Amino acid sequence: MDDLDRAIVVATQEGLPLSLRPYDDVARSVGLEPADVINRMEKMLKSGVIRRNGVVPNHYALGYKANGMTVWDVPDDQISALGRRVGALDFVSHCYHRPRHLPDWPYNLFCMVHGRDHESVEKHTRQILMILGDAARDHRILYSTRILKKSGLRLVA
Amino acid sequence: MSAPLDAIDRALINDYQGGFPLSAEPFAEVGASLGIEAEEVLARITRLLDEGTLSRFGPMYHAEKMGGGLTLAALEVPDDDYERIAEIVNEFDEVAHNYARDHDFNMWFVIATETPEGVAETISRIEAATGLVVYNMPKKEEFFIGLRFEV
Repeated sequence: MDDLDRAIVVATQEGLPLSLRPYDDVARSVGLEPADVINRMEKMLKSGVIRRNGVVPNHYALGYKANGMTVWDVPDDQISALGRRVGALDFVSHCYHRPRHLPDWPYNLFCMVHGRDHESVEKHTRQILMILGDAARDHRILYSTRILKKSGLRLVA
Repeated sequence: MSAPLDAIDRALINDYQGGFPLSAEPFAEVGASLGIEAEEVLARITRLLDEGTLSRFGPMYHAEKMGGGLTLAALEVPDDDYERIAEIVNEFDEVAHNYARDHDFNMWFVIATETPEGVAETISRIEAATGLVVYNMPKKEEFFIGLRFEV
């Protein structure tokens, strides 16, 4: 990424301009031609710097009120294979291997499960448990009780 | 309260969580696929943002691929001090999201920084500002990031 890419990130990280030719507006604000902005954003999309470009629904507003971070203690030597299987489930939105903090935090597999209510999150958690079987030595569901802050990633201009 | 979503709103949300066109007139392209005018696509997205049905519209950037740092961190906050600590943590520009959760580790937030070293530095500053231990849980492996909510 060079300084112009960075300028594009700064100009768009809060969202695209709500105008019919949004990339023209971005181009004006960073001092490039619209085609250059589009080319650079295409490259960033290809390299994964942009994960995706589009609308981001607020799952809360859409009725997915229950958001359960399910956390699991599974053997480290099995976690890659198991994580891939759990991550493929359609109700799991994120799935990561993260470090434990013993003794307070024995969990190393984090799977975010969304549902309309706690009951559906718990049903999904039981489905994950069926996949993990005896490898799941312990697990918990941490429900989010409040969103304290939600902003996109922000680069300083 | 927001109005119920109609079929076109739903199609917009289901079809464009990625793949919004990178072209001179992207709303016209989207409109052509949905059978409506560009102006109406823009008006619908504006309304869905205003109502809170959409939390964002545009590119989602990947912190690590931009050369930055990213982690998930947790705090164990005493209940009677929760609001004050939440305010302190939220003041940090590096804190992108912050959620209250029902566990002894009751505050969970994402830290995104411009450099990989920024994560440790931010954690130190949050520890100094709050007087609490920050449990750092950076991802060791990512298995899948699902994209879609069907509406």
